[in-house]
Amino acid sequence: MTMLKRTVLGLTAAALAGAGALAVESDDPIIIPTHNWSSQIVMSHVVGGIFEEMGYTVDYVSTDSQAVYEAVRLGDVTLEMEVWEGAFGVAFEEALAKGGIVDVGDHPAVTREEWWYPAYVAEICPGLPDWQALNACAEKFAAPETAPKGRFLGGPVDWLKHDAERIEALGMDFVVVNAGSAAALWAELSAAEKRQQPIVLFNWTPNFIEALYPGAFVEFPAYFEGCKDDPSKGPNPDMTYDCGNPADGYLKKAAWDGMEAKWPGAFAALKKIEFTNAQIAEMAKLVDVDELEPDEAAEAWMEENEAVWRPWTE
Amino acid sequence: MTAAPDTAPARPGGLPLPARPIAFALFCLALTLIVTAAALPAAAMRPPDWMVLPMADWINVTFAFVHEDLGLTVLTRAFADLVAGLLDITDNLLAGGRGGLGLPQIPWAAMAISGFMLGYGLKDWKLGALAGGTFTWLAVFGQWQWGMETLALIAVAAPLSVVLGFLLGWAAWRRPWVEAMLMPLLNIAQSLPHFAYLIPVVVFFGVGDHAGAIATVIFATPPMIRLTVLGLRRVAPEVVESGKMSGATRWQLMRYVRVPTARAEMLVGVNQVIMQCLAMVVIASFIGAPGLGYKLLQYLQGLKIGKAVEIGISVVLIAVMLDRLSRAWAELQPVHHERGTPWWKRNRLLLVWLGLMAAVAAASGLHDWVAEIPRRKAASTAFLWDPIVDWLAVEAYPYTNALRGWLLIHILIPLRDAYLAAPWTAVLALVAGIGWNVGGARSAAVCAGFVLFVAVSGWWDRAMITAYMVSVAVALAVAIGLPLGIWMARSERSARRMLLICDTFQTFPSFIYLIPVIMLFGVNDVAAIGAVVIYGAVPVIRYTIEGLLGVPPALKEAVDMSGGTRRQRLWSLELPMALPHMMVGLNQTVMFSLFMVIIAAFIGTQDLGQEMMRALSSNDVGKGLVLGLCVAFIGLMVDHLANTWAAKRRRALGLG
Repeated sequence: MTMLKRTVLGLTAAALAGAGALAVESDDPIIIPTHNWSSQIVMSHVVGGIFEEMGYTVDYVSTDSQAVYEAVRLGDVTLEMEVWEGAFGVAFEEALAKGGIVDVGDHPAVTREEWWYPAYVAEICPGLPDWQALNACAEKFAAPETAPKGRFLGGPVDWLKHDAERIEALGMDFVVVNAGSAAALWAELSAAEKRQQPIVLFNWTPNFIEALYPGAFVEFPAYFEGCKDDPSKGPNPDMTYDCGNPADGYLKKAAWDGMEAKWPGAFAALKKIEFTNAQIAEMAKLVDVDELEPDEAAEAWMEENEAVWRPWTE
Repeated sequence: MTAAPDTAPARPGGLPLPARPIAFALFCLALTLIVTAAALPAAAMRPPDWMVLPMADWINVTFAFVHEDLGLTVLTRAFADLVAGLLDITDNLLAGGRGGLGLPQIPWAAMAISGFMLGYGLKDWKLGALAGGTFTWLAVFGQWQWGMETLALIAVAAPLSVVLGFLLGWAAWRRPWVEAMLMPLLNIAQSLPHFAYLIPVVVFFGVGDHAGAIATVIFATPPMIRLTVLGLRRVAPEVVESGKMSGATRWQLMRYVRVPTARAEMLVGVNQVIMQCLAMVVIASFIGAPGLGYKLLQYLQGLKIGKAVEIGISVVLIAVMLDRLSRAWAELQPVHHERGTPWWKRNRLLLVWLGLMAAVAAASGLHDWVAEIPRRKAASTAFLWDPIVDWLAVEAYPYTNALRGWLLIHILIPLRDAYLAAPWTAVLALVAGIGWNVGGARSAAVCAGFVLFVAVSGWWDRAMITAYMVSVAVALAVAIGLPLGIWMARSERSARRMLLICDTFQTFPSFIYLIPVIMLFGVNDVAAIGAVVIYGAVPVIRYTIEGLLGVPPALKEAVDMSGGTRRQRLWSLELPMALPHMMVGLNQTVMFSLFMVIIAAFIGTQDLGQEMMRALSSNDVGKGLVLGLCVAFIGLMVDHLANTWAAKRRRALGLG
């Protein structure tokens, strides 16, 4: 036991020495959650790398991307680098209302979630990306169980994208089939692409899939205030959801509310850290196209972009 | 699982009378309810709202009370700290984590050599090659870090499960009331889907590697408890008597008489614990366990199927290695040296091992690769797997597409509608009838009780969809597995080869099956059921082979001698004799299918599994447990029926 204690003390001393001037800061590791998509993992490792450069210790823990807000609130993990308006806005707002989590500002990157098709589909269905053109060739997207209506492959039901409501409000000849996970979406997309089959599915940006499969979002009637709760507005006077998703959703950073007191330097840096769509796509590409592992990709990115991140640490 | 009413042979000159009139009456009732469904009141069709009990709320309130007011947090925190502390040590040694003892990571070459020596010492050079080869594979294919993270977790979770299982088993053996309390809990725990465990673990222990380890411990302990009880109970009274006569105290009796005598069962328990730990590798990564499971999910998410398959192979290799090593350890007999053998002769292997370790330590100074092979220099078989997947997605597609369309429109969708349309009262009567037919009033009550729980849980429709998918999958698994098993059992050699394939498929992380089935069939029920069948057919094949091989050779010879053909021998002797054992396989298939159907929610289903995923991402303990219990009770019902039937049948066949 004493042996162990001594080792721990030794390590602590070493960590303190490393931290140098930041003596008031806690030596506990900053815990950064990683999820199951590449850009988030790389970005988390980049941020972790920046903190390590500043003398902190960092631990990574893999968590569910919905459940993570509860973990941030309780301080089990310290921060969250990618709060998507569309996907996690609700979970984040809920956690914010309960307390324990703080909003650390937006990335310049904007997010968009919408119906999407791979590029070759534009030849099969002329007139895309307009939604009415898509609807005109609905039958080409039909599956045996949906025929003669087209099949739209939606995300998991609990992402609450209201695709069925939109189909009804806009009078489209489509049926929503919900995949159970993002992996299921990509599996179908990749198989369809190999066969050059028509497919329209739920997708978002920034996302690694853009680097692998070129494609475009379907353009629905633009999002407007009240589309989701005021039936009288929009092209269909009797129904809600007669519009597309917002094309410029936020991408936020969030942190545990105890972070500022415990690691003030890191918190100050986190406030400054921000990424653009291009940078996020680059991070994803390192993993998904160049086949690096996420931690290696983060290292590579930091080596290339020292001019970008160095000022954040000061 | 046909529900044909059991009729007695016709009496001479009379009509056949049902042998079990009450079962028959229940079947008639079920049939009447189905036929008159249109005229039934709504409450007989769907469990009405007033019947649904807010069980999820009760559980949540209880959890909150236990968690916050009762101060159980102190206990759970202490346990979590213990696990986290142990993990720091193993993670430090194996995976080079920064906590623990602060020692450098053990080089892969040292692990590989130790593995070889251990295998050689426990059994023979073949086992040594397996163990050494597994470590080498991990290192050469660039998975060393993740493999060791997984191993570090197992190195904590498995011993903890063994100790916990032994203590609980021992308590259950000593005190009947402990056993009476523990056994029903174990039954439920072993049929709860893995995901149902995760939510309470997250609530009590948070996320991270310690949470993953704790979930693994909870999952892996039950078999150890069972086998400890079994082993202690089997100790012959004569042995205990002789211990008492030598004046042993109660502790000595336990330590030197009972436990050594029950060693075989307990070591089987240890083996089971290890296998269960590996089954949790991927699932534990949902709540923060690092290692192979986490990487596997990441690769699947990024559509890197070749790399995911490689990780799957690593998991299988580690499982097979630990399985064989622990079995060899169980079978190892103590070696007795002659008096006066010098110590270096007695510890020859140990000395050789020490020498080799010193050599590795020296060599790792010469070349970095002895300590760690850089990931980018590592070999990969991904180039092998990706074309196979491409071929499946493109060349096989016309056939799979036709099959999918036909299955969906002519079989699956009508069947699903039928399951959903069946009045719940009819299902209740039908199940009670089957219960009565198989095991009389008691079985009828047990089965009806399980169905009633599902009815009052509020998840009736979801449960019916689960039941529909599982019954189709089980039917397909039997249709494929039974003939395959019979065919493979024709010779000892092919049987052994098939059993090895079964082992592999069973330990292969089932998540990997999800992606190819989507590529073949698209997101729909065919893909989900396909994934379930791949996993669920394994027990049917295994138990068919084992059952057929277990038929006494003397009986087979008797048939041959009386001039029976092979076909006659199979149909009139072997299959009837093997049937009870095959029934256990069918039971296992149902269990496996229930577990897998939950995982198939990742493809996209509308059953209990989908709701369970939602409960997991919203940390809803009550909902998750109620859903888990629905799944568990469907499984326990089939389990009860299959076991009752098989026991009766065995008695009739004089198989004990």
